[in-house]
Amino acid sequence: MSRSPSGDRVALWRNPTFRAYVLQGVLLAALAALIGFIVVNTMANLEARGISTGFGFLDERAGFSIPQTLIEYSGDSTYGRTFVVGLLNTLLVSALGVVVATIIGFAVGIARLSPNWLLARLAGAYVEIFRNIPLLVQILFWYFAVLQALPSPRQSLSFLEIIFINVRGLVIPDPQPLSGFAATPWALLVGIVAAIALGIYAKRRQVRTGKALPIYWLGAGLIIGIPLVVFLLTGSPLEWSIPELTGFNFSGGVRVLPELVALWLALSIYTAAFIAEIVRSGIQSVPQGQVEAANALSLPGSITLRKVVIPQAMRVIVPQLTSQYLNLIKNSSLATAIGYPDLVAVFSGTTLNQTGQAIEIVAMTMAVYLTISLVVSALMNVYNARTLLKER
Amino acid sequence: MAGESMRDEMIEARRPPNAHRGVLKWLQRNLFNGPINSVVSVVTLGVLVWALWPFVQWALIQADWLGDSRQACSGEGACWVFISARFESIIYGFYPEAARWRVDIVFALMAGLLAWLAIPKVPGKRWAAIIAVIGFPIAAYVLLLGGHFGLMHVSTRNWGGLMLTLTVATIGIVGSLPIGIVLALGRRSKMPLVRAVSVVFIEFWRGVPLITVLFMASVMLPLFVPTEVEFDKLLRALVGIMLFWSAYMAEVVRGGLQAIPGGQEEAGKALGLNYWQRMGLIVLPQALKLVIPGIVNTFIALFKDTSLVLIIGLFDLLAIIRAGLTDSDWLGFATEGYVFAALVFWVFCFSMSRYSQYIEKRLQTGHTN
Repeated sequence: MSRSPSGDRVALWRNPTFRAYVLQGVLLAALAALIGFIVVNTMANLEARGISTGFGFLDERAGFSIPQTLIEYSGDSTYGRTFVVGLLNTLLVSALGVVVATIIGFAVGIARLSPNWLLARLAGAYVEIFRNIPLLVQILFWYFAVLQALPSPRQSLSFLEIIFINVRGLVIPDPQPLSGFAATPWALLVGIVAAIALGIYAKRRQVRTGKALPIYWLGAGLIIGIPLVVFLLTGSPLEWSIPELTGFNFSGGVRVLPELVALWLALSIYTAAFIAEIVRSGIQSVPQGQVEAANALSLPGSITLRKVVIPQAMRVIVPQLTSQYLNLIKNSSLATAIGYPDLVAVFSGTTLNQTGQAIEIVAMTMAVYLTISLVVSALMNVYNARTLLKER
Repeated sequence: MAGESMRDEMIEARRPPNAHRGVLKWLQRNLFNGPINSVVSVVTLGVLVWALWPFVQWALIQADWLGDSRQACSGEGACWVFISARFESIIYGFYPEAARWRVDIVFALMAGLLAWLAIPKVPGKRWAAIIAVIGFPIAAYVLLLGGHFGLMHVSTRNWGGLMLTLTVATIGIVGSLPIGIVLALGRRSKMPLVRAVSVVFIEFWRGVPLITVLFMASVMLPLFVPTEVEFDKLLRALVGIMLFWSAYMAEVVRGGLQAIPGGQEEAGKALGLNYWQRMGLIVLPQALKLVIPGIVNTFIALFKDTSLVLIIGLFDLLAIIRAGLTDSDWLGFATEGYVFAALVFWVFCFSMSRYSQYIEKRLQTGHTN
């Protein structure tokens, strides 16, 4: 029994520790009751509808085809394979979107800070227009208003006669590796490892002697040069299958679904508007005094930018950028509105309709996105801890 | 002698040097100060004209505005007849025509309340807030759904268009803010179980896309309740939206709570206030004021995402327009439809974001450099 400062006995229900226990006990009981209520009802409902539970359906034959598959897939494949195909399609459009959104976003963000009035205003207008229109409207616009209005394959718009775009999508040249090509990717890996090693060496050398190596040029040379030399030495074992119009359709090349193009465009343009704002605020967050101090030390402009401004801006930019990437991945689930076969469309859509296993399917879909989010957040925490401002 | 170097009349005022003001000087300073900048300006202007002029021509100059069938369109420019002919259904959805005055009243009430709350000079904010949180929802519920006081009952299946979009957005906003505040307080609680529950809840909803939440709400919620309970489709979507956005709201509010110095709460303790008094009277008023811009930004995101309800089969503004596009009398006006939808959403979101910037400036008390 606790006592008040004056020494009187305090009633049990006024003791904060006791109250905390009681409150948490009540919370626990309420949660347990809620979960119990849900489980009991769900069991009863499933039984009433004659739906069996469990993940056995994953081994059953799916029986529907998917227009874009990165791995072998046919109607005879299982629902489990459908899940993997959908997941890969989600990852594909996300990766494409992340790359293009970053490029547009950085360009627009930097343009907003341009001394050129017109360019800065134009970049500002881009941001204000695209971030205030729902992504779903943009996806539907690109798909139904732009891509569906393109000409038929026979009147395709072409770029240099190797890339064609028409109502059925984008047709681009398809690289065909011949025997001996396998050496090139390995050479690329070697090049990257060599560049990293060189970077570590150059840093140590600079710390020791004060002399810097032109590390960017040397690194780029290694990463591009080694694979290029190997590629040429093995006799350029790569052929391009160029698309060609034969009759009513194209032969050769590889066709990119119009759904993918629309989703890719909309995701990139929408997310880029947010990235541009992040880049702008990141650059503006570096105090002017930092640049002035670098000037006072007579650092050249490029070094000031690379070693003073960008590292400090990145500390502000990267965490927000990561959360935009996560948003992009989650937003790619809007694919289902135009029928791009992503995870939500083929799994939470078609598979759910065919099997009726709502709980298992929605849970699996959510688990995928949750895993991606949590893994990226964990990586982000590591990054934040490493780049945290060291206060002395 | 000395007199010759003296004047006895004023020198006439001279014009300022030409090069320091006027349109030309402005142009030179902002667009043509150097060769690179000049090239950039010319190229930007060229791209702008090249991209914008055909659009202006299509959307305004050659467009057709009035009529009641597609014959009214010449086909050269935009056919806004597509929008004007079905304007009523874009606003009211399938709401019965005889009862549309009820929707109008709710719209008017909402606009009035918003103005009362949003314009800083209008007095009586406390009353406005009480009416907005208690009076307005009851009035809107009675008027929109009907079934009481001799009003005809209108099932939510007939709700649609802008009216549904605004309903979903308003209920989502009004519902998610209190839940978010409770979650934010829970996440900062000293009780481990309360904190754990809040963290798991927040991180779960923030980690999944809204679409999967809506799928969950539409296929799983009916399984969670006893079979005899009828779960309205709109209600299901609203539950999903509220749960989802309350997690985002919680993180915004938490940012505000973290910015309030601990001394404020300690001072409250010293005055003998209990937890809810300290939070309600001291910490939250300051914290919420700080994060108004963040809350408005969450509102904007929520408003944009109301368009997702079309995927589970509700007929919001976007879905009504999309349904109109499949009408066989009106095929081929996708561009007009989506441009109009984009414009409506844009007007709402842009004004909200401008308001948030304005509030941010007003609340800026000059402590940052």
